[in-house]
Amino acid sequence: MTENIKVNVHHVTRVEGHGNIVVDVRAGTIEKCELQIVETPRFFEAMLRGRPYYQASHITSRICGICACGHATASLRATERALQVKLSEQTVRLRKLAFHGELLDSHILHGYMLIAPDFLGVGSVIPLAASHPEVVKRALRMKQFAGDLCAAFAGRHTHPIAMTVGGFTQFPALSKVEGLRERAEALLADVDATVELFGTLPWPSFERETEYVALVHPDYYGFIDGEIGSTDGYTLPIDQYRAVTNERLAPHSTAKHTAFNRDSYMVGALARYNLKHKHLHPRAKAAAEHLGLSAPCYNPFLNSAAQVVEIVHCMDDVILLLDEVLKRGLAWEKPAPVTLAPGARGVGACDVPRGILFHEYQIGENGLIEEANCIIPTGQNLGNIDRDMRALVPTLLTEPEDSIRLKMEMLVRAYDPCISCSTHFLNVEFVGK
Amino acid sequence: MATKPKIAFFDFTSCEGCQLTVIDLLQTHLGLLDLVEIVQFREAMSERGEDYQIAFIEGSCTRKSDEARLRRIREQAAVVVALGACAHLGGVNALKNYWPIENVQTYVYGKNGKDAYESYPARPISAVIKVDAVIPGCPIDRYEFLRIVQLLLQGRRLRLPDYPLCVECKLKENACLNTLGKPCLGPITRAGCDAICPTYGDGCEGCRGWAPEANFAYMREILRGHGLSDADIDARFTMFNHFQFQHMGEPAPVTTSLGPDKTAPLPTSAFAAPKED
Repeated sequence: MTENIKVNVHHVTRVEGHGNIVVDVRAGTIEKCELQIVETPRFFEAMLRGRPYYQASHITSRICGICACGHATASLRATERALQVKLSEQTVRLRKLAFHGELLDSHILHGYMLIAPDFLGVGSVIPLAASHPEVVKRALRMKQFAGDLCAAFAGRHTHPIAMTVGGFTQFPALSKVEGLRERAEALLADVDATVELFGTLPWPSFERETEYVALVHPDYYGFIDGEIGSTDGYTLPIDQYRAVTNERLAPHSTAKHTAFNRDSYMVGALARYNLKHKHLHPRAKAAAEHLGLSAPCYNPFLNSAAQVVEIVHCMDDVILLLDEVLKRGLAWEKPAPVTLAPGARGVGACDVPRGILFHEYQIGENGLIEEANCIIPTGQNLGNIDRDMRALVPTLLTEPEDSIRLKMEMLVRAYDPCISCSTHFLNVEFVGK
Repeated sequence: MATKPKIAFFDFTSCEGCQLTVIDLLQTHLGLLDLVEIVQFREAMSERGEDYQIAFIEGSCTRKSDEARLRRIREQAAVVVALGACAHLGGVNALKNYWPIENVQTYVYGKNGKDAYESYPARPISAVIKVDAVIPGCPIDRYEFLRIVQLLLQGRRLRLPDYPLCVECKLKENACLNTLGKPCLGPITRAGCDAICPTYGDGCEGCRGWAPEANFAYMREILRGHGLSDADIDARFTMFNHFQFQHMGEPAPVTTSLGPDKTAPLPTSAFAAPKED
């Protein structure tokens, strides 16, 4: 039994943004166990004040290069709900396609380039390209499709161009949509191979029951709008998100926590899987079984497996949506009109790759933003990561320090944290006693 | 075979979207890895080497502690490249410079925010260290990145287009958005992105910085012709270029201020700030 352990990972790699892991165990007791967030603050909410409403989605997509479409979508929904904009069915469909493109891109990047290297014993995707070229080529092929899907409808994945308040500024030629449809069909073999690969990875066995929170829809596995659902049995309208996130400065501490019904909750692919697995497409359900997932799953390492399940689900969804576009054609619709009124408020919610994301704006009659609030998924997961780390460390004390360090990094990476989205972080100091 | 040049990527205040764009480029140009050795790229790899010759820096300088890190990179690298609008111009980060820093900190983090987080007005990295080359844009254009890396490896002189975006837009045979009644900053913005935003039906927002001898006065007249107020026009001019206007000297082509004056009191709203027990 190791009595004294010091693990210090400065700037955890293969995550978005800057975070440090510090573990200090003395005489078998955890003195310190924390994920420090050392990213520079961005202050997006403050800078939105005084800007015209039509700039908000283009400014806030710059919160995150990976979730640019997600931030743009949440931002547009907040603005549209504030300004009483009614979206056409076509706009809703095309937004979903761009959103799925981003989710696929992010999950493929995370699974193949950030997670797989840990299991295949290499430091990164670059030596992986030498040792497992077919794996990397497959990942790049799938990622390219995902990016092209975003680009077809939004102009670009980072940062979307054609998504605007009330609709789109441009539409692709149907021949381009047909091309994407053919490529999607051809990629299904790569999707199967992805499930096979991740089915062979030895996920660390670790469980800690917690609350899972995600957007829920009555009859489908959705990512945009809907209601806020919790595995503790609550459902709330998205306008009441503050009752869920409960952002607080704890007394005598600079740590900001979110908590709903327990000390902390988890958002992201595993939370979505736990809440709405019954709405997955059949092929995704089979993939979940193959990957050893069954709801409720309390192993945070399997968040990466749930992401693979979502890759399968979203590819099937993309094919259905593209078929719908091809069947109905694309109308060159003008963006739906806005109605300005004094102090108009709106909340937008999306379940982006890393979990539930909220934007809320108050917009004046002059069209200028008066107040803004953004609550990002990683901020909501921090409290839960902390509690997982504290539960995991005691099970690792007999292992060499290198192995402890790797497991801790793997745990943090499993959450797919996006630390550069720190529009809304405080220094997180978790001191275990 | 000669040793491959060692390159490294660094991120300061940014969304890391420019580095992601580099990763996306590898989807179609994996051969790039045969030409260079990447020794540091925190977003994509765990390995970390300090013996690089070319440093690509994404992000703005927004706090005192960034300065020392920037200087260390400058001491090591033979060539420093500003990657994207945040490093090149200050970008959207400089929008917070409209407000006193205490106001911004308090709005987002509550009245304890000032002590919790170190921050000061955002600047491009050239305000701190010498920069040898710039890859503009928010985000960068992946093919321009490729062209510039090729030129760097050949030891050739780098030149950005010295003409406005309209030239590229015309070559693509796009209908001019300004003539269709949609505001577009193409006439004053430096080309090089293949006019991607106008191509997708949205007016240029100036993320690549201004073309040489940009005529702001005439651009303003065009935008007024769309029925835009001066406040709207200023909002468009400053989205990525607020820092540039702040340091342009008088008379600056931005006429009105979007935010309150620099003595704005601390906000009392709890819209974004967390609750305090």
